[in-house]
Order: sequence, then structure tokens, then C-alpha cells
Amino acid sequence: MSHDTMDLTLHVWRQKSSKDSGGFVTYVEEARGISEHMSFLEMLDVVNEKLIEKNEDPIAFDHDCREGICGMCGLMINGIAHGPDQTTTCQLHMRVFKEQGITDITIEPWRAKAFPVIKDLVVDRNAFEMIIQAGGYISVSTGSAPDANSLPIPKENADKAMDGASCIGCGACVAACPNASAMLFTSAKIGHLGLLPQGQVERDDRVLRMVNKMDEVGFGGCTNIGECSAVCPKEIGLEFIARMNRDLIRASLAKGDSKKP
Amino acid sequence: MTGIASFYQRSIGKKVVMALTGAFLLFYVVVHMWGNFKIFLGQEQLDHYAEGLKTLGDPLFAEEQVLWLFRIALLAAFLLHIYTAMQLSHMASRGRPVAYKQRKDVQANFASRMMLLGGIAVLLFVIYHLMHFTIGVAHSDFVYGEVFNNVVRGFQEFMGIPAIIYIIAMIFLSMHIYHGAWSIFQTLGLNGPQYNGVLRGLATLIAVVVAIGNISIPLYALFALSPVEVTGWFQSIAGLFGF
Ligand code: HEM
Ligand code: FES
Repeated sequence: MSHDTMDLTLHVWRQKSSKDSGGFVTYVEEARGISEHMSFLEMLDVVNEKLIEKNEDPIAFDHDCREGICGMCGLMINGIAHGPDQTTTCQLHMRVFKEQGITDITIEPWRAKAFPVIKDLVVDRNAFEMIIQAGGYISVSTGSAPDANSLPIPKENADKAMDGASCIGCGACVAACPNASAMLFTSAKIGHLGLLPQGQVERDDRVLRMVNKMDEVGFGGCTNIGECSAVCPKEIGLEFIARMNRDLIRASLAKGDSKKP
Repeated sequence: MTGIASFYQRSIGKKVVMALTGAFLLFYVVVHMWGNFKIFLGQEQLDHYAEGLKTLGDPLFAEEQVLWLFRIALLAAFLLHIYTAMQLSHMASRGRPVAYKQRKDVQANFASRMMLLGGIAVLLFVIYHLMHFTIGVAHSDFVYGEVFNNVVRGFQEFMGIPAIIYIIAMIFLSMHIYHGAWSIFQTLGLNGPQYNGVLRGLATLIAVVVAIGNISIPLYALFALSPVEVTGWFQSIAGLFGF
């Protein structure tokens, strides 16, 4: 074995379909001689090639950009969303495991009622889409691109809005939360619109609608523990949740709070 | 559905109820402790204080009226807090029907993961506490109105086991407050990155003061120690751990 390869033992959740009950399968043979320079997904690609050679069903996992911007690639790796580095699974490299002396790796899909497993490690994150549909937009016609600085925005707000907008919807916050809560995701979306002038008109309705939807699709509540923010590849902070809470309280007072705003 | 009912239907509405009732309970815990400190001034002062609670609000209110109003508000807040905690924990377990085989905490502290269990411990303690010092049925030698004697004897009886129960309960309560007091600000959105350090510090301070303050009472009853001595103890224990 050359010095930059590693022999792994993988425990992978395999589940044929949403109806199958699923279970863990251990791979040793297929996970030998993995280069430490590979990304986590490349490691899984290698394992899959060996499975295909043996005429076995490859492990299904989600991915797209493989550069940390699309948010498709979430996996629960040794009990931590996106694994031991605070980044996306596609940007996680095997050397991190080598440095920490980890050879035993358990890989599970995100677990939440609102994220049902489609196959193996692939989950359906459509619930996030539904939260966005409920109000994560601005209903104004934008016309052609406006002149720069025609709408002044304080630098601080612009920065904060960008922090919220950097959410890629990967679902790690839900996966890591002991309550399977989607508060960090929802609050990042509400926050980045609510911090900008264009987002003010629908601000009250937005928070009411999006929070209603978030509850309706089956996410849990927040207990201010902070696991979400600690695994967020974009390091979105709990202050977005505080902001959403504040917005919701204000909107409820202003609107007399009807369930259907 | 409109108004309060639909507000409460939301996860965040429930959290706001947790925070407001929790804040009220916390206010009570601090006032209650302050009142009980009269024990260090001696029997006469403590018994006088307890007697005085009955005429709170005099002459506007008749005897015990304010006391009972406060008790009712306290009970309501306590029940609402517990009921909402049950609903939220039900939502949480419904939110993840299939558990992980492996899950590690990255950020959570022990106090934050113990909110429900610690809360239940506090609930059991409150029931015992009422039976012990208010109703007296868990007390071997209870005399209505003799607060000082009831407290001192109540801690000393059964080889000091009641005192130990109180001390353990206060550690649970203090942990609950450590996470809870900070949570009030987060849940109500009354914070911001620039204040979070201060608010964390404030929550820690309240938690430590509630623990040391309340624990000093059973220790005083057992060993006739003054709070100054007890604080000294805590300092040397903290010193052992390098604080
Ligand atoms: C003197 C008694 C108590 C005090 C002073 C107190 C105080 C608090 C405070 C200030 C909070 C924070 C609210 C928030 O999340 O914003 C809280 C949360 C909570 N309390 Fe209590 N509480 C008490 C008793 C109880 C009891 C008896 C239970 C029993 C079930 C309980 C269960 C909880 C739970 C589950 C939470 C939510 C935890 C979280 O969000 O992480 N508490 N409490
Ligand atoms: S594959 Fe796009 S973020 Fe990882």
C-alpha cells in the first residue's frame, strides 16, 4: 500500500426504493486502496465501479456540481452532516479521514419525515421547494437591469443579505438538528429577502406563509441548540433564526394573524 | 382560524409561549430565592417575611388575595410551559421517524440537550418541594407558619437526604436556566451577533447565581454555613478545575 492510499470499511445505508425497509451493507473489498486526494464522492465513484464490475447495484447518491454550490450532495457521514469538515460532501476530501485516523465510515441518508428516502442515500428534498413556493420570492416586475446604485442599500444589510442568500438548500441543517427542524433554511431565505428594500412589501405575508408551510410539511421546531449552523457549509448563523422569530412576532401582531394570510 | 390560536399553532408560536412562560418562571425563581435569603437573618426575619407575603398588596387587596393571584399565574405559566414542551417534543419526534444509526453533536452542549429531561426533573422536584415545605406531607415534623424551623428541620431529617435532593435539583434547574435564559432572547428575536456574547454571559451568571444562592440554603441548614462560606467553597471547587 503506497503511503497516500487508505483501506476503508464502509457501512452504507442501502434501500431499493421508498417502499423497501432498507438496511446497512458493509463494504471492505471495494473500499481498498482509496487515494487520500479523492473527494468523498470520488471515493464512492470508485466503490461503485467495483460494484458494477461485480454486477451489483451501485450505491445511489445525489450530486451535481461537485464544487460546493448546488447543494445536492448531502450525506450523513459518521454521524455528522457532510462529515468531519464544515463543507459540502463533494468538497470533503479523504485526507481529512486519513489525518484523523478514521478508517471506519458509516454513511446514511438525511433522516427527516419531510425528506423521504428515494433510494439508498438519495432523499427527496421537495419540502424545501414547497417552503420557497409559499413565499420565498418577490412579486415585482423587474424590467431591465437597473442602473447601479439607483437603489441605495446599506453595506451592512447587503452583506447580511448575501450571507443569507448563500444558502444552497443542501438540507444539512435539517439533517443535523435533533428536532429535524428547517428553521435555519427557512430563516436564511426569509432573511435575505427581508434585508433588502425589494423584499419589504411582502415581508409580513412571507414569514407567515413560509413558517406555516415549514410546519405543515412536517419539520420540527427549534430548540436553539445550534447544530444546524455548526454543519452549514455556508456557515449561516443562528441570527437568521432570531430575525425570523422577530419577523413572525411582528407580522402576527400587525396582521391580527390569520392562519391563511 | 385567527388570533392567538393560530399563532400558537405555529412551531415558532409555541416557542414564544415557552420563552414567555419560561421568563416568568425564571423571574419567580430569582424573587423566590431572594426572599428565602432572609433565612440568613435568622428565625424572626424569615417567619416575619413569610407572614408578610399574606398581606402583600394591603390595603388594596384583602389578606392572601395577591398571594393567590400570583400562585394561580405561576401555576398557569408552569402548566402551559410543560404542555408546550410536550407538544414541541412530539413535533420533533414526528419530524424524524427513522433515527440515525450514528449521530454526533458538533455544537450542542449538555445543558441544551438536557432541556426536556432536566425540565422533568425540575417538575418532580417542584411537586416534592410543595409536599415538603408548603403542604408539609413529606415532612416529619411540619408546623404551619413556623417557616424557619420547618426549613432547618426539613433539611436535617432523614440523615440530610432532603438537602441532597434539593442540591441535585438545583443543579438541574441551573442547567435548564443556562440554556433557557439565553434561549428567551433567541426565541423572541431580542438579540443580534453583537450582543450574543453579553447575553450568553448574562445567562451563565443567572444560572450560577441561582445554583449557588439556592444551594447555600440547605447547606446552611445542615452545617449552619453562611453564604459567604459557601461561595468560598464553590470558588475552591472551581479552582480545582482550573477556572
Ligand atoms: C422553575 C421551573 C422552570 C423554569 C424557570 C424554566 C425556564 C425555561 C426557559 C427560560 C426556557 C427557554 C424558553 C425558550 O426556548 O425560549 C425553557 C425552555 C424549556 N423548558 Fe423550562 N423552565 C422550568 C420548568 C420546566 C419544566 C418543569 C419542564 C418540563 C417538561 C420544562 C421543559 C422545558 C423545555 C422542553 C424547554 C425547551 C427547551 C429548548 O427549547 O431547548 N421546563 N424553560
Ligand atoms: S455536488 Fe453540488 S454542492 Fe456538492
